[in-house]
Amino acid sequence: MRVEQPSAAAPLVVAHGLCKRYGEQWVVDGVDLEVRQGEFFGLLGPNGAGKTTILRMLLGLTPPDGGELQVLGEPIPARAREARTRIGVVPQFDSLDPDFTVRENLVTYASYFGLRGKDLAPRIAELLALANLEGREDTPIAALSGGMKRRLTLVRALVNEPRLVVLDEPTTGLDPQARHHIWQRLRELRDTGTTLIMTTHYMEEAERLCDRLAIIDAGRVLASASPRTLIQAHIEPHVIELLDAPGRAAGEVLAARGAGVRAYRAGDLLLLYTATPGALLEELDAAGHRYLHRPANLEDVFLKLTGHELRD
Amino acid sequence: MIALPRPSFRSLAVWQRNLRVWRKMLLPSILGHFGEPLLYLLAFGYGFGRLVGDLGQLSYVAFLASGIICSSALFTASFEAMYSAFTRMANQQTWNAMLNAPLVVDDIVLGEVLWAATKGLMSAMAILLVATAMGLVADWRALWALPVVALSGFTFAACAMVVTAFARNYDFFLYYFTLILTPMLLTGGVFFPREQFPEWLQGLTYVLPLPHAVDLIRPLLTGGSLHQPWLNLAVVVGYGLAGLISATALIRRRMIC
Ligand SMILES: Nc1ncnc2c1ncn2[C@@H]1O[C@H](COP(=O)(O)OP(=O)(O)OP(=O)(O)O)[C@@H](O)[C@H]1O
Ligand SMILES: [Mg+2]
Repeated sequence: MRVEQPSAAAPLVVAHGLCKRYGEQWVVDGVDLEVRQGEFFGLLGPNGAGKTTILRMLLGLTPPDGGELQVLGEPIPARAREARTRIGVVPQFDSLDPDFTVRENLVTYASYFGLRGKDLAPRIAELLALANLEGREDTPIAALSGGMKRRLTLVRALVNEPRLVVLDEPTTGLDPQARHHIWQRLRELRDTGTTLIMTTHYMEEAERLCDRLAIIDAGRVLASASPRTLIQAHIEPHVIELLDAPGRAAGEVLAARGAGVRAYRAGDLLLLYTATPGALLEELDAAGHRYLHRPANLEDVFLKLTGHELRD
Repeated sequence: MIALPRPSFRSLAVWQRNLRVWRKMLLPSILGHFGEPLLYLLAFGYGFGRLVGDLGQLSYVAFLASGIICSSALFTASFEAMYSAFTRMANQQTWNAMLNAPLVVDDIVLGEVLWAATKGLMSAMAILLVATAMGLVADWRALWALPVVALSGFTFAACAMVVTAFARNYDFFLYYFTLILTPMLLTGGVFFPREQFPEWLQGLTYVLPLPHAVDLIRPLLTGGSLHQPWLNLAVVVGYGLAGLISATALIRRRMIC
């Protein structure tokens, strides 16, 4: 994991008190965000948390009902068009052009940025290689697998050599192999100094990729820091998951004793959080209970902050 | 007060995208442009024309050919701005992809209207070619009809785009066809002179754009004289601008929310 570096450069995204209301519901409710140059920033939250709405606001596609927003130094939504010339977008839902082949998709998307002519061909060859889609230039979109479509969508977002790449659930619905491919590309982008903002439901993904992330629920930022800082600040380092009914009963008894053990019931699981697991594990072993002992992760942070599981 | 459209040169990228798709299906597209209107021209022109005889100096086929050039531009442009544009807006996410690039709704709407007008012009040109080959066109003045056809196509497309802005599915377009386009077609002077109608109906339907397009285009093709060209132009341009302004405002509200 990378160490957080203080950056002197002005942040690429600054949001203060962003709000959005649909009908009576505030789906984004006073969000403050700051994304620095070169940072990989994550927005982690359950369905309906407001992640897509926040990204759409950054792109100037959803006018906020309150708050201030600057992206790449441009006031949004007033100068969203100018900002978008330097942004790459991977939307949540597939928007590849089904009237075109793989290559035509890239050429056409490039034309939306005013990119055409001689310089474009090598760039497109480069992007096709990056997506591992060489040899499929002339394949129609309908004939691509889900993973290929996502890869193509990712390189399509890079056609304008963006300074900021915005990704809305880039790996949802992909198999592990396809996911690893995308992760690798995202890390490479980050290593070349591109700033990235990604939404995800996946803890593991956020923990692996993001330098910093904001946990959001019901339109609010509950906490924002590096994954490690969040875990250290909010959660005891050890987690014991009790997986069956007798184990849960035993766990309740252990937790009731106090002594630095915090219990949390999540569905049919009982989670015990503690800094000193030794004695607990011995007792559970002695009684022969089934359990899983693991380090604390972001999911635990989320559970603690919101009181419900992430994937709902 | 609605904000006026502020499109940029990037509208052309939208137009070009559609041209690129059209070129991929060149043969069926062109066949479509020639096919149906040609059949109408032959069947009605000769079949029906025998019964009707001439209209003043003009043979019925020549009268009809100039009318069908207008109605073909009308229907081609309207179709494109409704069914095809709706597909790109609602089903294919084409517009959403554009909005992730530095295009704005204003560019997209103008680009789509320009494209639909282009298709209208292409269909009209196909018939013009046939009509010329059949000796139904008076003289070189007919070339002046082309910019007027393009302008009319723009107007028809812009009006259709307003309907698209409200559409939730394809069935919605039937209202526009049944309530607006078909009555306008039948009373617009395409198939027979408007003078056949009672005066009140002539007056009532003269507020629509098609009769004005016909009044401009037919004389240019058949060698007649223009009666109120400035009024005709004003109505066509007026509908075009009003359509573009409202469609842009409505689609902004629909997509930027
Ligand atoms: N155009 C809209 N009109 C009305 N409600 C909307 C609109 N867009 C979003 N919402 C509502 O706003 C809330 C937040 O939606 P949003 O898409 O931002 O969530 P999300 O965090 O991206 O969820 P997911 O993980 O499912 O993608 C949801 O309750 C959604 O139903
Ligand atoms: Mg979303």
